[in-house]
Amino acid sequence: MRLDTTDRQLINLYQRELPVCERPYEEMSRQLGIAEEEVIERLQSLQDSQVLSRVGPVFEHSRAGASLLAAVAVPEEQLDLVAARVNRAPGVNHNYAREHIYNLWFVMTAPDEDTLDDRLDELEHQLRLPMLRLPMVEGYHIDLGFDIDWEALP
Amino acid sequence: MPETAAGGPVSAWALLRLRRQLELGLPLTPRPYLTLAEMTGLSEQEVMSAIRQWQSQGLIKRLGLVVRHRTLGYTANAMVVWDIPDEQVQSLGQRLARAPFVTLCYQRPRQRPDWPYNLFCMIHGVDRQRVLDQLTTLIADHGLEQIPHDVLFSTKAYRQRGGRYVSGD
Repeated sequence: MRLDTTDRQLINLYQRELPVCERPYEEMSRQLGIAEEEVIERLQSLQDSQVLSRVGPVFEHSRAGASLLAAVAVPEEQLDLVAARVNRAPGVNHNYAREHIYNLWFVMTAPDEDTLDDRLDELEHQLRLPMLRLPMVEGYHIDLGFDIDWEALP
Repeated sequence: MPETAAGGPVSAWALLRLRRQLELGLPLTPRPYLTLAEMTGLSEQEVMSAIRQWQSQGLIKRLGLVVRHRTLGYTANAMVVWDIPDEQVQSLGQRLARAPFVTLCYQRPRQRPDWPYNLFCMIHGVDRQRVLDQLTTLIADHGLEQIPHDVLFSTKAYRQRGGRYVSGD
C-alpha cells in the first residue's frame, strides 16, 4: 500500500516515543505541521487499512507474562483448517505459515507459565500433531520498530 | 507500584485494568489518557504516571505506531535458523543482531532430533531474492559457511497482533 508523505512522516517519527502528555496527538500535529484532528483521522485510517495494528505500547514479553513460539507439522491440505483452530486457542497473537515440514508457526501468550503450558497441552491434544515448543532463551534484538525503507517498497 | 498524586497506592486492580486496555491500543481521542482513565477508574495523571513508570522499568519497550509490515509491502519475511555450537551462540547472536537488515534475533532451545537450531534471525524484506542476497552477505561477513542453517519464508499470516498477556481474547 502506497502512503502519502505525511503518513510516512508520521510513521518515521512515531514508531517509538509517542508523547505521554494530556494532548499527545496535538503535540504530534505541531511536529508535522497539520491539525490535531488530522493526526487522529490519519491514525484511524492507517488502522482501518491495516497499515498499523494499533497505536500503543509494546510490552516486554518476559516481564509482561509468559509467551512461547511453537510450531506444528501440518499436512499441507489441512493448513488453513489447523491455522483456524490454533487461532481459536486462547492467547495466540502471531500465527504464520512457513516453508518447512514444521509449516505452522505461532506465538502463544498467557499471564503465567503454568497457564501457558496448560493451553499448549490442550491445543496439542486437540490437534494430534507433533508440536515444537521453543521458549526464548535470550533475546539479542527483539524490537520490530525498524526504520521503513520507503524507497524499496512497491 | 505507581502512586497517586496524593502519594497513596493506586489500586492493583485498576492498574491491571489499565494494562488490559493498553494491550488493545491507545484510544484515538484527543485526550487518550483521559479516556483510559475513565475506562479504568484512575485519574488522567495516574494513567500517565503509570505508563511513564512502566516505560522506565522496561515493562513497556516502546510506545508508538505499531506497523504491520506485510501491508506496507514487506512480504518476503524470512526466519533464518542456525545450529551454532553452544559456546559461540551468545557472541554470534550479539553480532548478527547488529546487522542492519536483521530485524529480530534470539536464542531458543534445540529440540533434537526434529529441530537442531538454536539461533533465530528474522529478515523482513520486500523481495525474496534480495533477502537471500542479504543472507549470503551475512554468512560471508561473519564466517558462517560451516554453520548448518535453514531459511523459512512465511507464506501466509493467519494472525498478527500485539501480545495479550492479561487481557485474554
